[in-house]
Amino acid sequence: MRKTLITASALMVSLSVSALAQHKSIKIGFVSTFSGPTAVIGNDMRNSFDLALDHLDRKIGGLPVEVIYEDDQQKPEVGKQKTEKLIESDHVDFIVGYIWSNVLLASFKPAIDSKTIIVSANAGPSQIAGELCSPYFFSTSWQNDQTPAAVGLYMNQKGVKNAYLIGPNYAAGKDMLTGVKATFKGKIIGEEYTRWPDQLDFSAELSKVRAAKPDAVFVFYPGAAGVQFLNQYVQAGLKSQIPLYTAFTIDETTLPRQGENAIGIPGAQQWVNDLPNDANKKFVADYKAKYKTAPSFYGAQTYDAANLVNSAVVAVKGDVAKKTDMIKAMEKADFASVRGSFRYGNNHFPIQSFYLQDVVKESDRALVLKTVATIVKDDQDGFHDKCAMK
Amino acid sequence: MRDEVILLIEQCLNGLQFGLLLFLLAAGLTLVFGIMDVVNLAHGSFYMLGAYFAATFAALTESFALGAVLALAATLAVGMAVELIAIRKLYGRDHLDHVLATFGLILFFNELVRLVWGPAGMNLPLPPFLSASVEILPDVHYPAYRLAIIVAALAVALTLYMVVMHTRVGMLIRAGASNREMVSALGINIQLLYTLVFGVGAALAGLAGLIQAPILTAQIGMGENILIVALVVIIIGGIGSIRGAFVAAIFVGLVDTVGRAFLPELFRLVMTPAAASALAPALSSMLIYLLMAVVLVWQPQGLFPVDGK
Amino acid sequence: MSAIFTARNLVIGALLVFLALLPVYAVATGQFFPLTLLTRIVILALAATSLNLILGYGGMVSFGHAAYMGLGGYVVGIMAKEDITSGFAQWPLALAVCALFALVVGALCLRTRGVYFIMITLAFAQMIYYVAVGLDRYGGDDGLTIYRRSQFTNLIDLSGKVQFYYLCLALLLAAIWLVSRLINSRFGMVIQGSRSNERRMRAIGFPILRYRLASFVIAGMMCGLAGALLANHTDFISPAVMHWTRSGDLIVMIVLGGMGSLFGPLIGAITLLMLEEGLSRVTEYWQIIVGPLLLFIVVYAHGGIDGILASLRRG
Repeated sequence: MRKTLITASALMVSLSVSALAQHKSIKIGFVSTFSGPTAVIGNDMRNSFDLALDHLDRKIGGLPVEVIYEDDQQKPEVGKQKTEKLIESDHVDFIVGYIWSNVLLASFKPAIDSKTIIVSANAGPSQIAGELCSPYFFSTSWQNDQTPAAVGLYMNQKGVKNAYLIGPNYAAGKDMLTGVKATFKGKIIGEEYTRWPDQLDFSAELSKVRAAKPDAVFVFYPGAAGVQFLNQYVQAGLKSQIPLYTAFTIDETTLPRQGENAIGIPGAQQWVNDLPNDANKKFVADYKAKYKTAPSFYGAQTYDAANLVNSAVVAVKGDVAKKTDMIKAMEKADFASVRGSFRYGNNHFPIQSFYLQDVVKESDRALVLKTVATIVKDDQDGFHDKCAMK
Repeated sequence: MRDEVILLIEQCLNGLQFGLLLFLLAAGLTLVFGIMDVVNLAHGSFYMLGAYFAATFAALTESFALGAVLALAATLAVGMAVELIAIRKLYGRDHLDHVLATFGLILFFNELVRLVWGPAGMNLPLPPFLSASVEILPDVHYPAYRLAIIVAALAVALTLYMVVMHTRVGMLIRAGASNREMVSALGINIQLLYTLVFGVGAALAGLAGLIQAPILTAQIGMGENILIVALVVIIIGGIGSIRGAFVAAIFVGLVDTVGRAFLPELFRLVMTPAAASALAPALSSMLIYLLMAVVLVWQPQGLFPVDGK
Repeated sequence: MSAIFTARNLVIGALLVFLALLPVYAVATGQFFPLTLLTRIVILALAATSLNLILGYGGMVSFGHAAYMGLGGYVVGIMAKEDITSGFAQWPLALAVCALFALVVGALCLRTRGVYFIMITLAFAQMIYYVAVGLDRYGGDDGLTIYRRSQFTNLIDLSGKVQFYYLCLALLLAAIWLVSRLINSRFGMVIQGSRSNERRMRAIGFPILRYRLASFVIAGMMCGLAGALLANHTDFISPAVMHWTRSGDLIVMIVLGGMGSLFGPLIGAITLLMLEEGLSRVTEYWQIIVGPLLLFIVVYAHGGIDGILASLRRG
């Protein structure tokens, strides 16, 4: 699926006659999922990116910007192909997006080899935080293991003695379960990986959970799978018997379909919609006004990605050939992030705080996600010492 | 009751449910293949359409049951239309031509659905009384909806059996499967029979699709993966035989589900959980194909071959 | 003399000239994307040519041919991951693995006919697909990135776009030449004969099974080579390469181009992939055109594009 968004700033364009790189437009390639059941996530990201451009007056670093959206169909080899096309055929200056860790891992090499700056607005596989790290890569999200590690800490606080872990069998799923195991002090009495992305029937796994009788269950199931899992968990009668702890399973995109099933099920996040900083308040309010729904964390991260790219182009005054200078500027994380201020680690992953989110019913009978507590502050991922960069 | 036994019972029920769903798909496929000698790869598209129709009509009428009935009618209509427009031209042709033409239909239907319903897929919510768990035996809980699937599919299977074995239409169907020319020579309107059979086959596939929709959602391309398994089922069962399709479907459903559930335990003795969980479903999927290969070597016409082919 | 200048030969000639000169254009204009696209097309044309040998000429409808692309690709990928990057080690092993697989599968499948043959070849391909999905160490469903292409010491550098393209083109042309030699030999006669009338061939005394098995193995090896090339081209291999729908794509190429014609697979590959590339820029719903088009060709234009060209007379 290909949508070309062309924004022309007539004044700027008419001024440019010389061949100076300063006066061309900025081309950004955007790779995400725009088809299939998880298209809702891709659309949220696209909407947020577009809103960010609105807030920037449709300019990046003062220059007109063209965004080319490509659909990865949730498949690694398709994402890779689209990434290559953006680099080789469209000659983009930046590539942004990537929901899925396996898609990112497949698309990583072409971007790095061509020295194109690639910003992940969601995926955060451990390999890229560690041995595969590259100066051309930046994350505006988190490293996969961090968020479940925060959940593990919370489970310790709640006195959970043993747990059953379930997740999808792909790069991010494995990272997530490893992340919980890193901090959780109790006993792991079950660990299940389900086929991804087409297994949406969890009856076999839920039967095993019931038989194992753990103190708690931890799951990671993004998108449609999260909707299915939660609903089946409730249908199986387990919600009232065994507490469920989650990462990225309940968010603004899935909550409408999970409904009341999600009440009282905690999750960890580095961003929740009610964080009290100005950038966030503006982002959430304007998003709701423009799109009539609440933004999800995918969108928040993408909004930040737009501003990160902007900060880079501003720093080099539009001369995007100066990649090293842009990278230095980006490392400073010198922009107003909707999660509050953060800094970058040596591997270009954020060092940030993680919050506990819960689902509550507001007075007007709407369901919302709320920040309940801070689980950990200024957390850095556990793979940064495997990265050779300083 | 002991935990392991409870788990086994639940997994067997899950396997039975999957098997019955496969049967609904395989029944239509084997009828069309047996009677009209047409390989219809687009059968999976009817499965998909059934799910989408059900989601749409259920949302419009705000009733799950009404939505389901309307979806069945719509899928029946689409099936008959496809037979009139496209399938009719393929009679008597090479199997390769069937495969290619219906492969083209798959592409067409996938894009059509994307055009009409958009790329994101659809949800089919369950009525509340089906969303809970039922205690079928002491300590054995099972989701009510899945029990409903089992009951409904068995009812359909029984109805199909009664129709095929004990009615005149059924007799024509069985006769047509054995000897097409003779039936036509006897003055039966074979064209009408074909259109009807194809339509009913499509409706059965649509039923399978809409039954699965509350659990698996309706999405584009959902037919492709399950189509292959359905083809394996009818090969194992014997082309043209409903009884064969039933036996094979239950068998395949049990092997796949129970294998998926218990093989990881076995593998975990020798490898990491992630590796075990990758290998186990792969192996249990392979088992199905292995099964088919073995059956073909032993009984080249399947387990319940229809005589006279 | 005029028999050489038929419409069909002219088109094929023009095509070959275009393919030969494309890198010149790329280097001159600095636009390498067309070259990348055509490299992919040439590799898939090689795979389709191999399938044409058994399907177009031999009438063996294998719906599992993409498995060999996967096997060839995975041998290269797995060895690269284990730090054996020499092409001299990888490629012969890829061919050997494919030959072995084809031998075993062929021996089992070739006893069946019609739709049973289609299904059983599909079954074996799916089995291999699931094995690849289960290979956790080599990425499983996520696929495997290949960080270093096959190394051939100083003979050729596969990371060079132009060199790699010419290698693929040369291998494609060699394959087409091989197929033409096979078809016009006694071997080829038997294969084609047994497609139209197996009983008669057997009556004459030919051991049909042995001949078919041999063609099956040759086709498998050729396709495995295409797989090794593809893995190098994309620096990536995943189980998706051998999904049954990919086998379907190969069959579509052959039918589109013209079954049982030498250059049909190449024509079909170019047509299908250009259509995909071109139509997808016009509308995102391009598959809605390809689907019925396929149906149309099957019902009305049985010889494919090659057939259409052959029926034109030069005026």
